[in-house]
Amino acid sequence: MSLTGLAPAPQAAELPLAPVLEPKTFKAPIALSVFWAVACVFTAVTPAGVSTKFELARPTDFVKIPDFAVPSRPSVIVLCLLMLAPLAASWRLANQRRRVGLWLPSAFGVLWVLSFMVWVVAGKTATWTLTILLASALSLSIPLVFGAMTGLVCERVGVINVAIEGQLLAGAFLAAVVASRASNSYAGLIAAPIAGALVGALLAVFAVKYWVDHIIVGVVLNVLVSGLTSYLFSTVLTRDAAHWNHAIQLPVLPIPLLSRIPVIGPVLFRQTLLVYLMYVAVLALNIMVFKSRWGLRLRACGEHPKAADTVGIRVNRTRIRNTILGGAIAGLGGAYFTVASGLAFTKDMSAGKGFIALAAMILGRWNPKGALAAALLFGFAEELAVMLGVMATPIPSNILNMTPYLLTIFAVAGLVGRVRAPAAEGTFYRD
Amino acid sequence: MRLELRGISKRFGDFYANREIDLVVEPGQIHALLGENGAGKSTLMNVLYGLYQPDAGQIVLDGQPVTFAGPGQAMAAGIGMVHQHFMLVPVFTVAENVVLGHEPVHRGDLIDLPKARALVREISARFNFDVDPDALVEDLPVGVQQRVEIIKALSRSAQVLILDEPTAVLTPQETDELMAIMRQLAQAGTSIVFITHKLREVREVADTITVIRLGRVVGQASPSEPEAALASMMVGRAVNLAAQKEVAAGQAGPVALSVKNLTILERGGVPVLDNVSFDVRQGEVLAVAGVQGNGQTELTEALIGLRQPTSGSIELAGTNLAGRTVKQVLDSGVGYVPEDRGKDGMVATFTIAENLVLDQFDRPPFAARGWLDLKAIGQAAAQRIEAFDVRVGSAKDAMATLSGGNQQKVILARELSKELKLLIAAQPTRGLDVGSIETVHAEILKQRDLGIPVLVVSTELDEIAALADRVAVMYRGKVLGIVPGGTSRETLGLMMAGVPAEVAVAGGSGGAADGQGEVTP
Repeated sequence: MSLTGLAPAPQAAELPLAPVLEPKTFKAPIALSVFWAVACVFTAVTPAGVSTKFELARPTDFVKIPDFAVPSRPSVIVLCLLMLAPLAASWRLANQRRRVGLWLPSAFGVLWVLSFMVWVVAGKTATWTLTILLASALSLSIPLVFGAMTGLVCERVGVINVAIEGQLLAGAFLAAVVASRASNSYAGLIAAPIAGALVGALLAVFAVKYWVDHIIVGVVLNVLVSGLTSYLFSTVLTRDAAHWNHAIQLPVLPIPLLSRIPVIGPVLFRQTLLVYLMYVAVLALNIMVFKSRWGLRLRACGEHPKAADTVGIRVNRTRIRNTILGGAIAGLGGAYFTVASGLAFTKDMSAGKGFIALAAMILGRWNPKGALAAALLFGFAEELAVMLGVMATPIPSNILNMTPYLLTIFAVAGLVGRVRAPAAEGTFYRD
Repeated sequence: MRLELRGISKRFGDFYANREIDLVVEPGQIHALLGENGAGKSTLMNVLYGLYQPDAGQIVLDGQPVTFAGPGQAMAAGIGMVHQHFMLVPVFTVAENVVLGHEPVHRGDLIDLPKARALVREISARFNFDVDPDALVEDLPVGVQQRVEIIKALSRSAQVLILDEPTAVLTPQETDELMAIMRQLAQAGTSIVFITHKLREVREVADTITVIRLGRVVGQASPSEPEAALASMMVGRAVNLAAQKEVAAGQAGPVALSVKNLTILERGGVPVLDNVSFDVRQGEVLAVAGVQGNGQTELTEALIGLRQPTSGSIELAGTNLAGRTVKQVLDSGVGYVPEDRGKDGMVATFTIAENLVLDQFDRPPFAARGWLDLKAIGQAAAQRIEAFDVRVGSAKDAMATLSGGNQQKVILARELSKELKLLIAAQPTRGLDVGSIETVHAEILKQRDLGIPVLVVSTELDEIAALADRVAVMYRGKVLGIVPGGTSRETLGLMMAGVPAEVAVAGGSGGAADGQGEVTP
């Protein structure tokens, strides 16, 4: 009785069994190389013998750092040479089939942006006021951060929320109205999350209870909030602006000592209550989503609702509650547009920020820390475009307005990695 | 705990999934619920577990009638369930999965992880489970995931444990271990309801057997009854349990499909297929055996063109198929019965007639100048439905209205009605009743006898035994060895657990290579 069948296939035995390796991918280093080439162009077009001025500290800081000017062309050349280090490292890692990771592209990005800034105002009278740049960037990212946290809570529990835009707008509206009626900006800050929660409740009822497609409900809610607030704005609010809609500003509360640290002090710690609430929200979510009972149940409903159901968790109740909570967070963020900025309400003043917040959440991989970083990046890019528009720069302002989106492409290309959404987001559950 | 079900009925529309079912499970008893796929076993247990509400009847625990509005209440009453499809969150750790729903907390709402880990370790040690509380569930093999499910139930002090088809995903060795665990649990006083359609397991471990057919209890049996008696009770007619393959071996011709050094790497360079080489000859069935998740899915997907191999070649009758698109592969004469019928084999909302031409709708005779020829499609459907004895109301009904067995017949009819050079059938009888299994097997063997090379992928040893001329056993992406069709269950079981062919044959019961079904080049 032979066992011929046991022998491995004869052809297989003859072939050498060299270990098969994964194909190399050079996406990240190629993307970085393209950006490096653009930076080299900056070098070439920077006029020789001129300088670029920076202002680092405000007069009120502990330490006085005098304004300084750097020679433009040599600085750009040095920055280009410095960029070669992360660039070479990324090629090397990719060639060894290792992950390029986050830090190399980030370091490269900072150097690239600096070289851009040096070139763009080379020889001009304009000065880069870094504290203002950073403070405004932070300010512009406030609604993005709140919106991204909303998206995160909702999607982690399994509900896709594209109504962030509407929730921001509703928050901005109610904050302005209540603050005006009460003549107290803090009253507006209390009212804003209620407006967002109401929109969130509508989303929850239709998406979770009545099984309407989450994205359709979200889009409809955006239109609804936009229409409703526009209508009220052009009727009641405009008729008697003094009582219903006047500019009222949250006071700035500098934190003693911390606010006087050079550069970052005024940026981070000379802010309104809304910004401090934002710090708390990000910090709390970062811990609670991953380490608390609430977070575990939240994520279970978004990953595998039936598993949650079979251990006695009420899936739809959890989803509804947290969608409303998410709405409240975005509503609070909406207060940025009115009471935190000291502006009266105007039509559609959220201007698409809710959608950018959604993008920030995805770029941040459904993670509070990542979403915060992405939101700050978007805010920075936006402020850069604003500042460049004011300065007399060699490039047309239309092109400059593309900067935020260029930066987004860079971020997405450079920070590629495994992105995994909650497995059951956008689904319905019968419990 | 003594569990009693009295007159339970559960209806879905006009269809009775359960009809007046009575069942008594004594404390410390292993009670097997035996029945075919679709007999209503899982529905009954979902009623007991609070996932469904019964339309009539009563659940009685230790003499007290109870009702469960949801699984939470069933669990609180001491009922635990290990579902056929595990109820584990893949991205959570073992400890997080075990405590989900009854989390120990400290400092407000934060989960007390040390306590959760200790809970897992304590139960794990009691049954020698060796489960790491901090491992991510998605990284664990299915056998270990099942243990996590058992720990999960025991951590809530379940006194009645329902195991729904627990052996479907296990190797024979793991099945033996599970049975030992079941006995240990029963000795400790836990009542066990063991749902299965496998006669061998029932006779080995059950204390008493209740047989269910078409939603009704058809009788009680003792484990000492012969398998044939149990089988006919379960199916409702006499069943021939002897090897169905009467034609001993196919008349194997020259090599038709030759796979050489096929390797697929996932992200991070982890091989899911590792240097796989084998041949399939004309007129033979090569069965690929192995526990689910050892590379079989990736292998069939690579053959059909759904996945690009990192390296290696696939040669069918002299042409290389590696790197071709699915359409090119199908058009070169490959018939493909996918393992997930509902997802990859059909479009559930399309009509039966449309499903019958899913791979040929774009060419004559079914289409011309960009328009479908509905008449030709209808005629082809009528003819194929008759040839394969598909039980349909109308060919214009949605595919979803058919039973699993009839859906599979439609898929077979489609795949077999073109000129074949190779037939690939992955899990061709998964979830089918005995009658349909017989039909599907007969069709596959008919193709083989026509001289077509056939590759069957199956996790069921019974199916391997019924079909295979040769068996390739896969383990962790490798072909561990190719053995003749008649190789004993023990040997195949050892190989499926990773023991190399030579060792397994020596260590098995010596039943290997009984001459039958052996193919020598």
